[in-house]
Amino acid sequence: MAKISLGRRSSTLADSEWLMTDSQNDPLSAISNMLDIISLSLFVSGIALIIAAIIGVPLGAMLALRQVIFKKIIMLIIYTGMGLPPVVVGLVVYIFLSREGALGWLGWLFTPSAMITAQVIIALPLVVGLTASAVENVNPELRLQIRSLGATPNQAMWTILSEARAGVVAAIVAAFGGIISEVGAVMLVGGNIEGSTRVLTTAIVLETRKGDFGLALSLGGVLLTLTLITNFFLLNLNKRK
Amino acid sequence: MQRLYKTLTPLFQLSRIRHNYNGRFVLDIDDLTIQRGELFAIVGPSGAGKSTLLRLLNFLESASAGAIRYKEHPTPPLDLTRQITTVFQHPILLHRTVRENVDYGLRLRDQRDPKRVDEIIARVGLAAFAASAADSLSGGERQRIALARALILNPEVLLLDEPTANLDPHNVSLIESIIREENEQRGITIVLVTHNIFQAKRLAARVGLLLNGKLIEVGAAKEFFENPKDERTKKFVDGELIY
Repeated sequence: MAKISLGRRSSTLADSEWLMTDSQNDPLSAISNMLDIISLSLFVSGIALIIAAIIGVPLGAMLALRQVIFKKIIMLIIYTGMGLPPVVVGLVVYIFLSREGALGWLGWLFTPSAMITAQVIIALPLVVGLTASAVENVNPELRLQIRSLGATPNQAMWTILSEARAGVVAAIVAAFGGIISEVGAVMLVGGNIEGSTRVLTTAIVLETRKGDFGLALSLGGVLLTLTLITNFFLLNLNKRK
Repeated sequence: MQRLYKTLTPLFQLSRIRHNYNGRFVLDIDDLTIQRGELFAIVGPSGAGKSTLLRLLNFLESASAGAIRYKEHPTPPLDLTRQITTVFQHPILLHRTVRENVDYGLRLRDQRDPKRVDEIIARVGLAAFAASAADSLSGGERQRIALARALILNPEVLLLDEPTANLDPHNVSLIESIIREENEQRGITIVLVTHNIFQAKRLAARVGLLLNGKLIEVGAAKEFFENPKDERTKKFVDGELIY
């Protein structure tokens, strides 16, 4: 199985297009290739989800609980961001990371780092918006009552988040569903390079283009199964808490 | 048994308190002192500003104008405000077990005392429900959990906002006996807000009537109920509707 690398890559888009033509015919190699694709899909979306959750959950809670100037406008932008087309996110990230772009010096284009960046941008509004909504649904009187028991503002925020955990888990599940299944952004900024940036969704596109609908459908089945298993664990985590 | 507070050490000193909500005046108290160790009841009709006064005493809100001093501090630090806790009329419990709800305040203070948690739960008569989800309990039981989660903190001041409203006689009697014990045996200062004058009569050493945000009369319980000075107090004590 190929090792996942986040680092700088010297390939150009032309290289990636050349690599898109998969020449593997050996069954063992095909399985190994498939495992690479699955692990990269989980790696990219998993890391993006963790980053989005670490930033987005406290941010959503703060927006819901604290007095924030221009709160309505911020929420409007976040709710709009929940519907961001992944391909547009991919395009913007591509422009920033391209050689002449503001962040071109990072050398992230066509690497998993670029794919993670794009997926964080897609997931973040979902996590922030749905967390804020879940926290706002907690009885506002609870905050007063736990403060009366001695909670500091931060302790109160974490307690309220814990009370809103079903909604917070739903936010994380929705964000995971949004990024594991998106193709536009990872295709643009990752380039679908075999063994490097090919994930399940881009592999499905490739196999469909090649006319191998059976394999494309099988990959779709794998994607759905992975999503199902991940969501099962996330929802059980909520129940255990 | 009514008793007068043993010491005369001022704990809370309120001066020229004015409080507004969205421009609507809710509280206007010129001067009030609450002594350490006393059981002071504030009576009055609904909407008189009683619950607002408790929120100010717990430093959960700041008054629009005037000063509230607790142990001489106009803005007491966290370790002092943590000596004060409120039992609310409609307690909101965490979606956790009874034990976790009672333990909550201790966890905020990084303290653990599972034995005492179980003792307090048993004291409010809920030992059999310690591991049950708090959501599954009745109104009276939830009120008892709210009292237990406040008492576990060993507060110096216990603010009670209609703690027995809408409860059955058994729960009222149990909660009142705990309030009395805490005040008489542990010397906790208790401020009890109630619209039930009989409860104030049973428990308090000193009573104040709050009407439309103003303190009409404050006095020793016996004087307040038997020989009120203000006509409005007399009417309220006699059970007449006053506004």
